[in-house]
Amino acid sequence: MAKTVDQYFDDLRATRVWRSVFRSGTGSSTLKRALAIQQNVFLHLFSTKVRSRMLSFSATWYLGTLTLGTFFILVATGIPLMLYYHPSAPQAYADTKDLQFVVSSGMFLRNLHRWSAHCMVFLVFAHMFKVFYRGAYRHPREFNWVIGVILLLMTLLLSYTGYLLPWDQLAYWAITVGSNIASAVPIMGNKIRFLMLGGNAVNANALLRFYVLHCMILPLAAMFFVAIHFWRIRKDGGLYSHASEPATVRAKASPAVTAKEAQ
Amino acid sequence: MADSKDFTAGVESNAKKSPRRIVFITRRTSAQVKAETEDQIQTFPEVLFRAAIAIQVLAIALVWIALVFNAPLEGLADPSHTPNPAKAPWYFLGLQEMLHYFPPVVAGVLVPGLVVMALIVIPYFKVNIEAEGLFLKDRARRLRIFYLIVAALSVFLLFFKVYAAFVPTLIMAAIMLLAAQSSPQSSSAFRRYLAAKPLSYWVMTWFLFELVVLTAIGTFFRGPGWSWVWPWQGS
Repeated sequence: MAKTVDQYFDDLRATRVWRSVFRSGTGSSTLKRALAIQQNVFLHLFSTKVRSRMLSFSATWYLGTLTLGTFFILVATGIPLMLYYHPSAPQAYADTKDLQFVVSSGMFLRNLHRWSAHCMVFLVFAHMFKVFYRGAYRHPREFNWVIGVILLLMTLLLSYTGYLLPWDQLAYWAITVGSNIASAVPIMGNKIRFLMLGGNAVNANALLRFYVLHCMILPLAAMFFVAIHFWRIRKDGGLYSHASEPATVRAKASPAVTAKEAQ
Repeated sequence: MADSKDFTAGVESNAKKSPRRIVFITRRTSAQVKAETEDQIQTFPEVLFRAAIAIQVLAIALVWIALVFNAPLEGLADPSHTPNPAKAPWYFLGLQEMLHYFPPVVAGVLVPGLVVMALIVIPYFKVNIEAEGLFLKDRARRLRIFYLIVAALSVFLLFFKVYAAFVPTLIMAAIMLLAAQSSPQSSSAFRRYLAAKPLSYWVMTWFLFELVVLTAIGTFFRGPGWSWVWPWQGS
């Protein structure tokens, strides 16, 4: 009898090499599937089981997942973009031009990076409002909401620092307007702007600072907080955690569940 | 309840298999004392596969957008040539629109600072815990406070001539008044929906409405010297 695709996969997963890489082992029993999450350094941030209700599209609109998706795309396109880019004025502008006219698929890379960045800002806002309207910030998930606010600010900073990098008129003046807002802080406004720009106006120093922030510091910090954000979902009891749902809300949202509990 | 025991004791009976063992289970202390009866599913593969598909669909959509629409690139940065208007990235245009009306320290520092502070403290206030409709209890007093706040806000916005924020405020106030006139027994589903909405819902929705309106005005309706232009007029 011919083997099915599943059986080929099973054979592959039973090989010594595969077993040395993935600790959970073969098989599709409930235990093995739980281990696939629990024994994986990345996936163990998630719980092994979730409430069925969270699978429905209306529960989350997948906004958190999609935000993570845009982050993946931004990392995947950002790294090759770095290979063609020098953070110095006016070379940065020439590099951006080269991306458009010289580098193979350079235009596509830049387009995808830019539209994904806008998309991520939009999705982060949408995710925040969705979480609010679901009341999913309630106890015991308060602190995860706070982490979410920090991630919102980080996303804005990531997008804002990236905005300067093409070093064109649009970039230059958008950052000038933005940094002037920072200088409105009482007493130390000008000092904050000086620290941000490495000078009193947007110049080559600002470009270098924004580049380092955009490619190194902020992505690493964002990954750190994203990891805590995911881990806290599990530690706080997951989506629809009973503690975070007032009885009145739960009765409205899921009559079937409350009826079952009443038995 | 001080006299009753707060634990149960059990004895492992099979002495051949295991040594005699006494178990104490203290109520309300272990993590899973309250067993959940709700249906659960495995994260792998149910959730992870769905997440992967969602990200795939998003990636396809973004690739399509990237193939069709080019990212803007203007001339080389020129500090001596200020474009008119010079606009911040779109997500800051709400702030820039406010800078048009208020002094920078208010629009650029105070308002965004307070918004971030407010977002952080939201879950620590108990305003939305039971999620009861704002006007369902103590209606007369709450309506008086509501009128007072709307009047104060209107005077403030009109004083600074912030019509762009005043109009959404009026629209929200009208919808809230409709909510106050509605009840869970209202015949229309929309009014039953409004009646059930708590205070936090109204504050956040007002904020979202203002955010969208101000950002849209900054993006589409502002031309040279931050003057009002219609999108079809061009620049």
